[in-house]
Amino acid sequence: MSTLLRVENLRTYFHTRAGIGAVDDVSFSINSGETLGIVGESGSGKSVACLSLLRLIPSPPGRIESGRADFCGIDLLQCRDRELRAIRGNRIAMIFQDPMTSLNPYMRIGDQVMEPLNIHKRISSKDAWQRGVTALREVGIQDAERAMRSYPHEFSGGMRQRVMIAAALITRPALLIADEPTTALDVTVQAQILELIRKMQRDLGTAVIFITHDIGIVSGFCDRVLVMYAGRIVESATTSRIFYEPKHPYNQALQKSIPALHEKGETLHTIPGSPPDLSKPISGCPFAPRCEFAQEKCVTSTIALKEIADGHFSACLRIQLKEIDLTPGHLPEKALARKVNY
Amino acid sequence: MLRFIARRLMQMVPVLFVIATLTFFMIHLAPGGPFDTERNTTPEIQKSLDRYYGFNLPVYQQYFRWLGNALHGDLGPSFRYANRTVNELIAESFPISAELAFWALLIALALGLTAGVVASLRPNSATDYVASSFAMVGISIPNFVLGPLLVLIFALKLNWLHVSGWEYPTDRILPAVTLGALYAAYIARLTRGGMLEILSQDFIRTARAKGASNSRVILKHALRGGLVPVVNYLGPAAAALVTGSFAVETIFQIPGLGRNFVNAAFNRDYTMVLGAVLFYASFIIVFNLIVDVVLVWMDPKQKFE
Amino acid sequence: MNAAGQTIGTDEALEEAERGTSLWRAAWQRLEKNKMALISAIILILIAFASFIGPFFLTQSYETQNLHLGAVSPGARHWLGTDTLGRDLFVRILYGGRVSMSVGFCATAVALIIGVFYGAISGFLGGKVDMLLMRIVDIIFALPFTVFVILLMVFFGRKFVLLFVAIGAVQWLTMARIVRGQVLSLRRQEFIEAAEALGLSKPRIIFRHMIPNALGPIIVYATLTVPAVMLLEAFLSFLGLGVQPPMSSWGVLIKEGAEVMEEFPWLLIFPGLVLAITLFSLNFLGDGLRDSLDPRASKDS
Repeated sequence: MSTLLRVENLRTYFHTRAGIGAVDDVSFSINSGETLGIVGESGSGKSVACLSLLRLIPSPPGRIESGRADFCGIDLLQCRDRELRAIRGNRIAMIFQDPMTSLNPYMRIGDQVMEPLNIHKRISSKDAWQRGVTALREVGIQDAERAMRSYPHEFSGGMRQRVMIAAALITRPALLIADEPTTALDVTVQAQILELIRKMQRDLGTAVIFITHDIGIVSGFCDRVLVMYAGRIVESATTSRIFYEPKHPYNQALQKSIPALHEKGETLHTIPGSPPDLSKPISGCPFAPRCEFAQEKCVTSTIALKEIADGHFSACLRIQLKEIDLTPGHLPEKALARKVNY
Repeated sequence: MLRFIARRLMQMVPVLFVIATLTFFMIHLAPGGPFDTERNTTPEIQKSLDRYYGFNLPVYQQYFRWLGNALHGDLGPSFRYANRTVNELIAESFPISAELAFWALLIALALGLTAGVVASLRPNSATDYVASSFAMVGISIPNFVLGPLLVLIFALKLNWLHVSGWEYPTDRILPAVTLGALYAAYIARLTRGGMLEILSQDFIRTARAKGASNSRVILKHALRGGLVPVVNYLGPAAAALVTGSFAVETIFQIPGLGRNFVNAAFNRDYTMVLGAVLFYASFIIVFNLIVDVVLVWMDPKQKFE
Repeated sequence: MNAAGQTIGTDEALEEAERGTSLWRAAWQRLEKNKMALISAIILILIAFASFIGPFFLTQSYETQNLHLGAVSPGARHWLGTDTLGRDLFVRILYGGRVSMSVGFCATAVALIIGVFYGAISGFLGGKVDMLLMRIVDIIFALPFTVFVILLMVFFGRKFVLLFVAIGAVQWLTMARIVRGQVLSLRRQEFIEAAEALGLSKPRIIFRHMIPNALGPIIVYATLTVPAVMLLEAFLSFLGLGVQPPMSSWGVLIKEGAEVMEEFPWLLIFPGLVLAITLFSLNFLGDGLRDSLDPRASKDS
């Protein structure tokens, strides 16, 4: 498996009066065909990081301050607009959270599904139509011909998300970035969409970056997981290690608070406090104010993501110094049970 | 759709009726008559004139007489211009007003749309500021100030164009610009607002994520929705252009319906006034209907009961 | 940190917190930042001041004719020149300003009062009453308005009072619509249900609870109505239908200036400029108010 995309030291700031550092020194990579999950709360920077890759950050007030994103020899953050546009929708595709607003209400579905083809390939309108119909069928829309001629408001949320997926994958991109694609959907539909993405990934061999705030979703779905907090990556490992061998207090706390893992009648576990105000510079570990293991050096030292075991990275200073060892929180068996058949 | 159009046309009838009646009685209630300032006529001639125009009849009878004729399409003789009928006068002068309105609208759209789109692409930049200020100026200078000013500069001082008249093709330029300036300004503001609103929507981001270029994003994705406020405005705008050209026609001595109407009002030419009012009202109603139909076509989410 | 380990803020911060940020305060803060709106407001105040108070300081009346002088271009003695009858243009513009601005504000006030009452009652009562009242508005709206105003002024004589009536008669329509819209959306809000449950009488609810909350768009629209009214008055005067001599408004001045503009262009340019600047400032101020009262509707979102 070769490295498809390597991101190094990405920093994206939003220059509002307060100055918010949304993404602060993020580095990761993804191999072809791999599924990478990025997990974090709202404001953790997970969406901004991926939007930065395709330079889709609204520019004022946001700006990519520094970093590299190497995709098959091209630095996405520095390359010319024309090169970037040739990649967007073609070799890297993106789907977004809210299918209601992400489709153009004034255009027919067919036009929107065929659009990447029309932009990137020389193709006759008849062929484009055919491929559009096929794409809609692939994502499970039965009456594809009619759907092509319909408008988005005639469809439900789940259907619209399928349309978005069809449009994204119609050019067979090497990488699909899915920014919380199921968050706005009903629970039952969520499962269907996840299954769909999984299937497409298997069939097409596409690498997928899956962004979500629900750590439970990634368990059955992703090969590797990054956990983000306050704009940084705090832990990165394979899925099973993330769950069975958490090496960052935040990760462990997240898992402890998954309701499904508790017995009925137990009090639910919450993480006290709230995420830091990103408009103020943070010294040391951003999670320290809420961390049960925090010490003074956590706030005064410079914190960095380091590899602590093979392929397992953690940004926790005390873990790096081998001072603490987080025994797996709650019952891994229950975590296993959560791993529904996606 | 057809039912909708039919219904609107039917609603037109009572409205026109009300307008006609109101106007009729308003004019006849007012002091003064069409022939008060005429050169002296002998009592006999006065009497036969009265009979011809129906002044010897009580007002309500005059009303029904006029209404009856109007329903047959005959708006009566002009009280001012002997041997001319109102229908003739309207038929002669309306096309001129319409042509003036057409050029004005064209200029307004060309200037307004460009300024608005350009301003929306870089909000709060220098370009935006300049475009928006121009728009603001356009709204603030009344056409009866702008007109004479333009004449002063281009006709009197620079001698490039004629001061007034409608004979030559180039005579259209100054009046059309004068008339259209206000509307250009409004269109610019509406376009800017509409485009900004659309450009901040998520589906624009989706389009960019697919690799669409800026021009594609604007032309294929943004314009359709972004121009909705402008199209909404076109109805009242065109109606106002056609029916509100009095000042411009007066300044530039253009023989259009506006000028005829104002003169008719001053001269107490009752039938002409009535005819013009009815004509204007019908025009506005029909035009608004057309615009509403276009709107539905443009925005697939509109539903009509 | 005080001795007891509690964190306290600075005096100013506390005061600020106490004052709270009401809707009005927040709006005022936004408005303060809008330079153009502020400049416009200042210009307007200056013009209004000059028009209403200025003449008391002047030695010349607008009626002083100096027939020997004739029209003179701007100079030291007559700052903006004189017209064909030797009357000082600057003075005439100031007096004209009084007329134009009073018409503007008064007619707007009339339209405001009628419109607010009409709209509030229609929106609040709802149902058939509302439908009827709004149908009336729609019908009147459909009439070619300028046409009617011209007719009115021509046929019924050019009395000053009539001018107010004619102008106010149409401007209230849009105000009524706006107020009705606001009332309708407010009506569905819970605090109105609460007021009704408490047994407050309908008029009291309308006046003490709804109208204050609907004030935002009302203020904005009123500020934008004033220039529209002034424009209409100037237009009528230009056609000879508005203000009659010896009173003059800016519209009348423009008309007279246009008649002799080839020889004496300043007689057209200065009144025209003053009118344009006033309208410009009013429009900008109205825009600024709209942006500050409803930032979501702002152009800069």
